[in-house]
Amino acid sequence: MSYLRRFAAFWWDFIVGDDWRVAAGIVVALGLTGALTDEGWSAWWLMPVAVALLLARSLQRATRRP
Amino acid sequence: MNDVFLFFGAFLASGVEMVEALTIVLAVGVTRGWRSPLFGVGAATVVLIAVIAALGPALQLLPIDVLRLVVGALLLCFGLQWLRKAILRSSGYKELHDEEAAYLAEQQEAAAAPRDERLGMDWYSFTIAFKGVLLEGLEVAFIVLTFGTTQGRLGLAAAAAGAALVLVAVVGVLAHRPLARVPENTIKFAVGLLLTTFGTFWAAEGAGVEWPGDELAILGVLTFLTALSFLLVRALRRQRLSQQPVGVPA
Repeated sequence: MSYLRRFAAFWWDFIVGDDWRVAAGIVVALGLTGALTDEGWSAWWLMPVAVALLLARSLQRATRRP
Repeated sequence: MNDVFLFFGAFLASGVEMVEALTIVLAVGVTRGWRSPLFGVGAATVVLIAVIAALGPALQLLPIDVLRLVVGALLLCFGLQWLRKAILRSSGYKELHDEEAAYLAEQQEAAAAPRDERLGMDWYSFTIAFKGVLLEGLEVAFIVLTFGTTQGRLGLAAAAAGAALVLVAVVGVLAHRPLARVPENTIKFAVGLLLTTFGTFWAAEGAGVEWPGDELAILGVLTFLTALSFLLVRALRRQRLSQQPVGVPA
């Protein structure tokens, strides 16, 4: 593996870790929060709910029987 | 209140990473001699200080909302990894981290590795200590930078990490063995909760949210995530037990 690929793999593992869907979900939830806020909605509740759902779903995937 | 959370978050996270780095350095030092691993520790510390010194001021140049959005999102990804692992450990799906076992495994590897002299040093000892301290230290640097810059309290976060370093180093030198009695798994759970809480708070603020109660909302998010985590641990424990064949002890 080239040095650049190893470097990228290190940072991917460092930030994203075992479940990329969690990171993707966070990006989507933040986008939605920003959009709702821009429209004048109170969206403070969205991120805690998103975090709860993403965590629960990720744990469900991790503990699913093979 | 925010400063107290910030200090303890950075202190606990740094402490637990340093305990792991200490285990690696002790195993190599006790097995192959101290000179080369200590050079490795010194070199890694210089790199880490350079990373914090370069990135800290650079991050502070960003507009605060952009900084909170980006850094909050990164912290949230990072914190959820810690929390996810902590919940898997607490529910029995992942083995608890055992510093004594890690020390013995590291010692066995160190004893078996051939001697390779470079730059007047035992290269194996130097590189293992360097990599161990650098990798564990990068997590510390990340936490110090994210906690410090988003709150404009880089000095406080760095002081918390410094205090953890001094404490772990002093106890490590006195004990001269891995700090297996440190309740690492519990601390990691607490750190995961704190990182996820701050990440949620800052990322949402960066996206334009105004939290009810302003900074008091941090306590609310922390309470919510703590309750959720305990519920998830209980549910997963029950699931694991129900998945086990009858007659197999838990």
